[in-house]
Amino acid sequence: MAELIEKIKEKFSSANGFEGISFSENLNYPMMEVPKDRFREICVMLRDEFQMEQLRDIVSVDRFTKNERFESIYNLYSLTLKFRLFIKVKLDSKNPEVDSLYAVWKSADWAEREAWDMMGIRYLGHPDLRRLYMMEEYEYHPLRKDYPLMGLPGSVTLPKK
Amino acid sequence: MSLDLTKEEYIEETKEESHISMSQEKILRALESDDVRGHFEGTLDNQLVLNMGPQHPATHGVLQLVVSLDGESVVGTVPVLGYLHRGYEKLAENMTFHEFIPHTDRLDYLSPLANNVGYVLAIEKLLKIEATERAQWIRTMCCEMARLASHCVWMGTMAMDVGALTVFLWTFTEREKILDILDILTGVRFTTSYTRIGGLALDMSDEVIARLKAFLDQFIPKLEDARALIERNKIFINRCEGVGYISKEDAISLGLTGPNLRAVGIANDLRIDDPYLKYREVDFNVPTLTESDVLARYYVRVQEMYESVKILRQCIQKLPQGPINTPDAKQVLPDKGEVYSKMEELIHDFMIVNFGNTPEKGVEAYQAIESSKGELGFYAISDGKGYPFRLKIRSPSTIAIGALPTMMKGAMISDIVAIIGSIDPVMGEADK
Repeated sequence: MAELIEKIKEKFSSANGFEGISFSENLNYPMMEVPKDRFREICVMLRDEFQMEQLRDIVSVDRFTKNERFESIYNLYSLTLKFRLFIKVKLDSKNPEVDSLYAVWKSADWAEREAWDMMGIRYLGHPDLRRLYMMEEYEYHPLRKDYPLMGLPGSVTLPKK
Repeated sequence: MSLDLTKEEYIEETKEESHISMSQEKILRALESDDVRGHFEGTLDNQLVLNMGPQHPATHGVLQLVVSLDGESVVGTVPVLGYLHRGYEKLAENMTFHEFIPHTDRLDYLSPLANNVGYVLAIEKLLKIEATERAQWIRTMCCEMARLASHCVWMGTMAMDVGALTVFLWTFTEREKILDILDILTGVRFTTSYTRIGGLALDMSDEVIARLKAFLDQFIPKLEDARALIERNKIFINRCEGVGYISKEDAISLGLTGPNLRAVGIANDLRIDDPYLKYREVDFNVPTLTESDVLARYYVRVQEMYESVKILRQCIQKLPQGPINTPDAKQVLPDKGEVYSKMEELIHDFMIVNFGNTPEKGVEAYQAIESSKGELGFYAISDGKGYPFRLKIRSPSTIAIGALPTMMKGAMISDIVAIIGSIDPVMGEADK
């Protein structure tokens, strides 16, 4: 495993023209932080060159800070190498947007819909970015930190008696 | 089939499909001969939209499927989730780590024990503690008992979906026996909430082990009986064979895990590939098939039950004596007897119950277990308080339902229930 991480580190180093990529030790699996603008290109490279065949999940996080409030964390898994890698992208506070990975892994379809529904992160280029759990006309994103636990009164329109 | 394609694009796209039904082939031929695009404009002319669920008995809960039909064959499927959405990820951010354990029972309600174990393992990674030997062995047994119970229900309901009712009664009887053992082990039959952070609620008594041994001895013959009912049954085989096909590439790309992926021919099992608990020390096989249809998924799960029995037998043999709780007074709940008699323990108990365990600030942890449905993962982020800052649940059922549209393409209307049954979805988990 350690060799593989070294290989990935070497591949995405500044010597190969990649800027702003860092590796974090906070998690019990290797985690790579990637800048937003070259994120999709890096994902395609990981899939094709490092055999990351599966995108198993997307974790959306609301850090509730002034800058770079949102994060999108991708849980990648390689079936051939039996290796798990996490990728983190930090997103704007006002307008969280990032490229969709639907064209890279099909499982991004529902995972991105869930993140949009719960956290309000927009995935650019997603073919069908509908809400996954809440109703389509719902205006809020419940997993954001400023959304109250008990919900907002009157936010759901009920049929008249 | 979307209607905004040009004629050439439509023909091109339809040709690529490997499973073209008879009626689709007819349309294809008509398209090639002359312009019949006008036929596709009204849904009544060619396509029928059928709504199935969320109260349909064969959708295993509150799954809604909107199916567009061309004659009797399925053209497109749109699964609709959210009818059982309880917002568990939001709830988790507002309660201590221990308080969330009962909620994990309600995720995959057919194997609550496995959910308890998975969640607690993730939180232990967050706190950087590890359970004792005996606790880990008992947890391994819990996971396998949960898998057996869950697969028993799956086998019965799936057979019932394709018309074999008796199997359901027989496998449910076996499941009842497992629940009776859980009753003695955990104190409840169903919503167990058995694990604690750094240990277990109760120790496994000798009576449980004796009962488990007796259960395992009679389980395989009973399972063979149930199998004999359907596996040589022409109706069952005809309704399952070749139905619900998914290609290897699609299955990988859609993120399928667990038995659904193993039925495609990929021997991926977290118990071997990324071992947790005591799976390194037990010997078992990962059953794999390559047909990737409903029947293949059936056989993979049935074979898994034999492996679970094998693992449980080894666990009983290797189960060591010792304490079940990690000696870490700041993070692990003390024994109740000591809480009532000792000052120090009372303080720790008060702190953990009222303010929660306290991981380091900024630590994140991911732990996935191989549950009966696939990879069940918990991603926890801590900000140093007694509550998780964020808890993300990776539920295998959601992903399996996401693969339904691909499996259903070209299937007949009566195959829908067989396909749903074969992926074994549990809506409590899929809707979170």
